[in-house]
Amino acid sequence: MLDARDFQLLTEIQSGLPISPRPYHDIGLALGMSEAEVIERLAVLRQTGLIKRLGVIVKHRQLGYRANAMIVWNIPDAQVKTLGDRISRSSFVTLCYQRPRTSEWPYNLYCMIHGKDRGTVLAQLDQLSAECGLQAFDREILFSRRCFKQRGALYRPVAPAPSAEFAHG
Amino acid sequence: MLTDLHKHLLNDFQRDFPLVERPYLEIANQLGVSEDAVLSALTELRDSQLISRVGPIIPPNQIGASMLVAMAVPESELQRAADIISHYPEVNHNYERENRFNLWFVAVASTAEQLARVLDAIESETGYKTQRLPLLNDFHIDLGFRLDLTHA
Repeated sequence: MLDARDFQLLTEIQSGLPISPRPYHDIGLALGMSEAEVIERLAVLRQTGLIKRLGVIVKHRQLGYRANAMIVWNIPDAQVKTLGDRISRSSFVTLCYQRPRTSEWPYNLYCMIHGKDRGTVLAQLDQLSAECGLQAFDREILFSRRCFKQRGALYRPVAPAPSAEFAHG
Repeated sequence: MLTDLHKHLLNDFQRDFPLVERPYLEIANQLGVSEDAVLSALTELRDSQLISRVGPIIPPNQIGASMLVAMAVPESELQRAADIISHYPEVNHNYERENRFNLWFVAVASTAEQLARVLDAIESETGYKTQRLPLLNDFHIDLGFRLDLTHA
């Protein structure tokens, strides 16, 4: 699915494309790939979902979206997929994941709602609960307080790619 | 102060970024401005920290191992624990949240073994236990985030 050159390419662009007239050419130079190969590989990666989205990545907190809630539910395993798919269709949900429960944390379905103020986010959550039939399940709302650190994920390549040092994005 | 060009760039190019030799020129043509104007405006947005990058969202665990981790830390110890955790280059998000589990971070590494070693080190250095919450299913199709920039 992901060959060594795709891997090198993803590693190279993970902290961003150059903001220069020919970004794919510049990336190719760093990797020994032609501009055409870079474009072709990115097209395939995007098509197959190994790149979920390619474009401008905004910093919502800096743009006034400071009420950021992670909502977690405890959903019977048999219903998680159906409800996760339903929650994901909501226009104000930005992430929706299933994760395992632990002995101290009984929740298995997570979503994020970003808003400009708490009231808006809570109203959206009420609407989401009603639309998706989530009222009966135990849940917790975890608004974020301080952000200690945030940047894009930076992966260090493992074999088959050669190791490299990265600038932080 | 955001110009109309900034606002278009923030909202209209979060996905389907052009895969052509001169993508910024293509965007410029769509917006009726010069390529240089687009390059400058994106550079300004990046330098002022309103965008993190023009680039890919790569799903977790595609090119490495990724883990969401929760910790319950006494209020008086929170800053110290957060500083220790943020110091690890494998950690890319680290937030305080309103909950008994009040510290939530994401760590990535090349392999699951390496990631486990980092989390073990974080546990012993902070003195707090981690809840390790790996991704099992990603239900959301990422189409970007529609920003209301009316007053920006």
